[in-house]
Amino acid sequence: MTKSDTTIEIRDLYKIFGATPAKFVGAVKSGMSKAELGKDHGHILGLNNINISMPAGKIQVVMGLSGSGKSTLIRHINRLIEPTSGSIMIDGRNILEMPPLELRDFRRQHTAMVFQRFALLPHRTVIDNVTFGLEIRGVEKAKARESGMRWIERVGLQGFENRYPSELSGGMQQRVGLARALSNDASILLMDEAYSALDPLIRTDMQSMLLDLQAELKKTIVFITHDLDEALRLGDKIVILRDGSIIQQGNSQDILLNPADDYIQRFIKDVNRGRFLKVEAVMEALPATGLGSLPSVKSGTTLEVAAKELTASPHDSAIVADAAGKPLGLISLRQITAALSSAVEASAP
Amino acid sequence: MDWLFKFPQIDPDSLLAVKRLTDGSLRALTRNYGDAIENFFYPLQQVLIFFEDVMTGAPWPLVILVLAVIAWFAAHRWSVVSAVAGTLIAIGLIGLWNDAMKTISLVFTATIFSIAIGIPLGILMNRYKRVGRVMQSVLDVMQTMPPFVYLIPVVMLLGIGRVPGFIAVVIYAIPPIIRLTDLGIRLVDKEVLEAADAYGCSRSQKLWKVQIPLAMPTIMAGINQTIMMALGMVVIASMIGVQGLGLNVLQAIANQYFTQGIFNGFAIVGIAIIFDRISQAYGDRLQKHRGATHD
Repeated sequence: MTKSDTTIEIRDLYKIFGATPAKFVGAVKSGMSKAELGKDHGHILGLNNINISMPAGKIQVVMGLSGSGKSTLIRHINRLIEPTSGSIMIDGRNILEMPPLELRDFRRQHTAMVFQRFALLPHRTVIDNVTFGLEIRGVEKAKARESGMRWIERVGLQGFENRYPSELSGGMQQRVGLARALSNDASILLMDEAYSALDPLIRTDMQSMLLDLQAELKKTIVFITHDLDEALRLGDKIVILRDGSIIQQGNSQDILLNPADDYIQRFIKDVNRGRFLKVEAVMEALPATGLGSLPSVKSGTTLEVAAKELTASPHDSAIVADAAGKPLGLISLRQITAALSSAVEASAP
Repeated sequence: MDWLFKFPQIDPDSLLAVKRLTDGSLRALTRNYGDAIENFFYPLQQVLIFFEDVMTGAPWPLVILVLAVIAWFAAHRWSVVSAVAGTLIAIGLIGLWNDAMKTISLVFTATIFSIAIGIPLGILMNRYKRVGRVMQSVLDVMQTMPPFVYLIPVVMLLGIGRVPGFIAVVIYAIPPIIRLTDLGIRLVDKEVLEAADAYGCSRSQKLWKVQIPLAMPTIMAGINQTIMMALGMVVIASMIGVQGLGLNVLQAIANQYFTQGIFNGFAIVGIAIIFDRISQAYGDRLQKHRGATHD
């Protein structure tokens, strides 16, 4: 399995729900607000000027509360929802202009989707659910079954292949949903609030499993969530939506250290920063001399871990080094403490 | 003030003309095309006669055995099998075996026919909303129009006998299967349909792999209703020459033979129970895997 080199370029995407959406695109583009469109014209602004470059082989998280348009956005990528205007380029093709047959083929070959409430077929066993996508594509039964069994094993469901979904717990059902998506061997994996219906502990397990799988598969994953912790944990890149518009995009460090506005500030207030902030995001430049016998921490280490290591050592600073051991910068306990507390300061009156 | 108490009806002469014209043209249709229409329904008549011959001609232990085996395959429960066999034996003991076989063969063929055209009609009704709206009104008329009224043209065209009886039974019994097929497909979980689309199902793949299987419990309820209505119709159908238990009931009414009425009535109830238990048990078995979902 090779790394996916599929990028998703979303440009100037608008979605208006209502009787005659085309009539209002112009007005919305020149600045009509969601409230005005809703109150005066009876149309709902679903997505407003969305521009995102989703990187290949990475996890792109789209985060927002209910009504923010995140589920509408993910359904544009495989066109379960038709856009009002804009373009989505995948591998040089505009999804939004595909004729029906080509679109069907694109869905079969290039995308797979995982749903919030699993959307399994209740009359089929686990293995028959997992091979559903392959069956639709016309893959030979024995071959589909073989690949299906491999993925059932990968998601930890061996022995359950002949059970029915109703006999499984929620977490196990979503493993079936994930195996169904993975066995499709598509380069794009769309996950629509895939873990939102699960208990917190099971959700953490499923997140770890996704990260493990992704370390090997390197698919282009679009992950929708309303949970900031989940977004920070999974996202190589994060987009935050509100009322159909993008408020901020960047990686977890950008969002934690430079929140774009009060809305995001309020969001990140309760997040455990030490668990997500990394040493390289807060380190200072290396001094010219005097490094001496300072201990070193790897780049990518979270502040939580770095603080623990430093507290246990006799020094109060450490060298941040990359994977090859090359020093990148210097981090001190003082800096760590400052970075951990800056959110509290910001939210103080 | 006279006009307030006398409804301003259409001129009686015009009404009479309309009636004459309609009845006249129907009669002309019968005269001119009666043979053609009868020829058209000839194969159907042969099928009906064939089934009746099979049911009445077969040795009775074989009939009981076959129905018991069907019950076993549908239900996988001995209680259902013994209820079926017991009911059949009771019907035979009170001397109604032959009549019961005739009734069963009519209800069976009418049900098969209703399913064969009812399910496709239900699918069409679901797919094309405009067809659906028209069909709704047609079905409403079929279900509320007194059967005697549509028996008149059927009898005029085809005379009395098995075929008109069969047609009357089908008209009366087919609405539930059409309606419940449509309903069943409409009730399929939206997210599952979305999944079908997301994985690139064609329309027919979506229909056969997702919609129909998920609608099956509702469709089975429709089949069950259709069978019950077909059985309810056998007495009325006997007025136009359908033989069997219904005819006995009709005679009992005409001659005030209370016991004959009761015996035949219970035999019809018994047959209803047989069909009902078998189809219900089959429907339940289809639903076995979709009990509680954990979400």
